[in-house]
Amino acid sequence: MSNGNDDKDVGAAGAALAASTSSITARTLGRSLFNWVAGLAILFFLWYLGGLWIENNPNTTNFKDFGPIPTFKAFPELWGIGKIQAAVQTSGYRLGIGLLIAIVCGIPIGILLGRSRLFRELSNSPFQLIRMISPLSWEPIAVIVFVTWNGAIVFLIAIAAVWPIVFATAAGLAKVDPAWFKVAKNLGAKPWHMVTQIILPAIMFDILTGVRLALGVAWIVLVPAEFLGVTSGLGYSIADARETLSYDHLTAMVLVIGIMGYILDSSCAMLIKKFSWHH
Amino acid sequence: MAQSNGVQINVENLTHRYNSKCPLTFEALDMQSTPGESLVIIGRSGCGKSTLLHIIAGLLGGYKGTMQLNGQDVKDPSSKWVMMFQAPHLFPWMTVEQNVGTGLRFAGWSKDKIRSRVNEAIALVNMEEYADKNTQDLSGGQQQRVALARSLVMEPDMLLLDEPFSALDAFTRANLQKDVRAISKQIGFNLVMVTHDIDEAVIMADRALVMAGSPGKMVHDLKVDLPDPRDRTDPEVQRMRAHLMEIFEEAAGGTLVSTNV
Repeated sequence: MSNGNDDKDVGAAGAALAASTSSITARTLGRSLFNWVAGLAILFFLWYLGGLWIENNPNTTNFKDFGPIPTFKAFPELWGIGKIQAAVQTSGYRLGIGLLIAIVCGIPIGILLGRSRLFRELSNSPFQLIRMISPLSWEPIAVIVFVTWNGAIVFLIAIAAVWPIVFATAAGLAKVDPAWFKVAKNLGAKPWHMVTQIILPAIMFDILTGVRLALGVAWIVLVPAEFLGVTSGLGYSIADARETLSYDHLTAMVLVIGIMGYILDSSCAMLIKKFSWHH
Repeated sequence: MAQSNGVQINVENLTHRYNSKCPLTFEALDMQSTPGESLVIIGRSGCGKSTLLHIIAGLLGGYKGTMQLNGQDVKDPSSKWVMMFQAPHLFPWMTVEQNVGTGLRFAGWSKDKIRSRVNEAIALVNMEEYADKNTQDLSGGQQQRVALARSLVMEPDMLLLDEPFSALDAFTRANLQKDVRAISKQIGFNLVMVTHDIDEAVIMADRALVMAGSPGKMVHDLKVDLPDPRDRTDPEVQRMRAHLMEIFEEAAGGTLVSTNV
């Protein structure tokens, strides 16, 4: 009897605790959402003030289309003629392939770097040297080597994005408990088991952190790489809008770049959270 | 879990050193153990007992002499002789169930067969209610139980224990010692354990080997002939403990002596 009452008391206390925890969570979420909206509102308000200043200054009034209102008016127009979709698709394709090449090359190189002392010592100087070359300075060479401009741009993205993945993978491996390999070996792991079931899940968090950094670098390289040679993509759209003095289109495309980058980075952050096993 | 026949361990004239600059870890070491026996090797830190365990498990090479299990030279690790370490070393990205099934996945078992064997092993170590938990949410003792289930699931003929309970509190340690011995007797596999804890040796061993010196040598071989289950407060257990303590303290070299108490 008394146990039953105790259980009820515990149950009621638990329910009260759960209710108060969920109300705290709801409050925290509400505040985060409010701050998210407020931050964006401040940004757009400052942009609006800047637009007003440009419009009312006789020296800059020709550039009034840089303001938010002409920019937002340009969106339906650009969407209607399919310019945004085509640019996002083309740039997304180049980014995706470049990033994929960086991942496919970067992870094995990173694992080798983390596991082999000889490789680490041999590759240290060459890697540091090549890494410090600005990705865009490869452009003249890439244009000569690759038949198409597309190929050259993909190469520039890959060469820029590979380093964060290589070094994040190697750093992740350095943190792996060596006893996991001993335990796995004792339980009958073959070399491919070590890679697929021990190393990759153990360092997935670090790899994805590297991919997130790589994505940031790749996104930054993509736009200037598209300024030259090609006639498609987000970078080209900006250059084209500048030449045709369509400043509202120019700003709209810049905004598209920002939004796309933000979405890609947030998706990466969500993946990192999902694959993180650290408590 | 299927019954095990255990293994015959035969170590003869075993000499080891880590590299040419290091002194010998041990020299001309002899040691035998019969199938199903619980052997505890006891000695101070640095006498080479953990190295010996790694060699028996096939996890360490570079030795001279004979190291045989069931008459066959040991060259590689095998899932038939599984080692447990001081820390559980569970894979933190897996649940309890997934951790326990690791060796069976390596062996290419089907999901259904893995699930059934894993459930059996988890039940054997009394961890049923934690099967789907993240291992990082478990206490040290619970984690060692999962590591034990991960070893048992392979149906080993020998379980090698490298001071696996030394980081646990006294109560958890005592429970695990009793459970591991009971499971080994129930299934029939050999236990080979290294420790510097005299109590642990008396509770776990059918035979206790005292190792000492540098390079390490077996200096005493003591038959621990006590009934199960063993209780620390039992006068017989306490007498054996006092005897082993005396041997342990005097062990600063000398030759192997066999005694029965």
